[in-house]
Amino acid sequence: MRDALLSINDFSVVYDVDPPVPAVKNVSLEIHRGEILGLAGESGCGKTTLAYGVQRLLKAPAVITSGSVTFHDADGDDVDINSLDVEQMRRFRWDKISMVFQGAMNALTPVATIGSQLEDVFHVHRPTMTKAERRAAVIDLLEIVKVGGARIRSFPHELSGGMRQRVMIAMALALRPQLMVMDEPTTALDVLVQREILRQISELRHEFGFSVIFITHDLPLLLEISDRIAIMREGEIVELATAEQIWTNPQDEYTKTLLSSFPRLTGEKGMVAR
Amino acid sequence: MTVLEFDAVTKIYNVRGAGQLKALDDVSFTLSASQTIGLVGQSGSGKSTIAKILTQLEVPTTGEVRLGGQPIPRRGKGLRTYRQQLRMVFQDPFASLNPYHSIRYHIARPLRLDNVVPKSETDAEVRRLLERVRLSPDAVIDRRPHELSGGQRQRVAIARALASRPKFLVADEPVSMLDVSIRLGVLSLLSDLQREQELGVLYITHDLATARHFSDEIIVLNQGRIVEHGTADDVILRPTNRYTQALRAASPDPEKHFASGADILGGAR
Repeated sequence: MRDALLSINDFSVVYDVDPPVPAVKNVSLEIHRGEILGLAGESGCGKTTLAYGVQRLLKAPAVITSGSVTFHDADGDDVDINSLDVEQMRRFRWDKISMVFQGAMNALTPVATIGSQLEDVFHVHRPTMTKAERRAAVIDLLEIVKVGGARIRSFPHELSGGMRQRVMIAMALALRPQLMVMDEPTTALDVLVQREILRQISELRHEFGFSVIFITHDLPLLLEISDRIAIMREGEIVELATAEQIWTNPQDEYTKTLLSSFPRLTGEKGMVAR
Repeated sequence: MTVLEFDAVTKIYNVRGAGQLKALDDVSFTLSASQTIGLVGQSGSGKSTIAKILTQLEVPTTGEVRLGGQPIPRRGKGLRTYRQQLRMVFQDPFASLNPYHSIRYHIARPLRLDNVVPKSETDAEVRRLLERVRLSPDAVIDRRPHELSGGQRQRVAIARALASRPKFLVADEPVSMLDVSIRLGVLSLLSDLQREQELGVLYITHDLATARHFSDEIIVLNQGRIVEHGTADDVILRPTNRYTQALRAASPDPEKHFASGADILGGAR
């Protein structure tokens, strides 16, 4: 049994509108330390709601109606995320769990340099750092994601989409979190750029040992990068297995449907039939 | 059989303050009715510029586009007749339909404008077109776009494109905004229509796997130039150009991934 990092137990979210929409239904899931967990499903299946919900990032009308989320910190503490007060939650977010948002390319403010936006993270979470230390840390981050420290004074519009995405990954990496949640991080990118970014995420994961929840509808891509994959449909996880098992021996009918929705790139012409 | 010829087309845009941008560089290909050509390449490779020139939203800097051997008229009735024979299906079915109008209106309008059928038969023709795209006329004809799902909307957009009985369809990323489980349905519909009506289809996409599956030939575009053009299987399975090889290597391919036993970094798993 591998070491658990995050335990999600019987987690449910309802959008309290008329009529109420159950978006996540009694999901239980364990994320292991150092693994890439793929979360696949179509729009409206609840994958983003689940990922936001475990970090308490949801706003009304979303209501968490049941369940608990426990974060097993590397220093030995077990943190019940639902019981944190506002200040504890503020400290916890980004420090332990960070997020690369959907459309992250456009998540940078156009009126500030990427350097100052990265520095903000340290300003807020590491108030004891000096200006010189912050700057050094930012340059270091930009080097790690291969944007290059020289770009510290660049504005977002001066960078390509792929580079902006790397800056967002640098930001998520800044405090060396133990879990990164990535919501469709490469969907808007070209395949060549996408491949580079995925390779980089994989390298960084090996180097820093964080876990990743990788959310996408692109199952072929998930199959290549994930250790395990959870398939979601209508708020429920219908199948959870290793990437290889999902590929070679899917159990659920919906998993089979999803797999057969992608034509094969190589091999016999036709769909992935199961 | 009617053919659409793209003959040595170069398109240069003047970019303010940045000189000139060669969006297309000496591009030639021929699309015949009853054939699907997949046009693949990264963003900025010139795919959409080809679509714009085909629909005469842009004019080539040099070179010529011919339909059935005739150059495309630049304006007036001739241009209208040309456009009647070549229709577009756009990427975003949420943006390409007018939220104020019913589905009936969307499809009836090209029928009226192009005088496809007598006025008295318009309604019957709208219903026939909806059935062609596998929509139930009674269920959708009086609805507005927001009441339909993305896949249904894209079917309406296809029905609208077919209304004026074109010989060619340009489909610019027709399924990339749709949910994965309905993408194949829409592509299969396009491919059935293509066969039944002997349509020539230019399928513009960045997805090599669907391009291979639904095209007879594939053209690979890089920085405004055609770098490879051949049958779908040749281009995808036996690419000779380095750029095509790179594109293929970057595309997700679980089959190869699990067969090779290597992880994404190329190392052993």
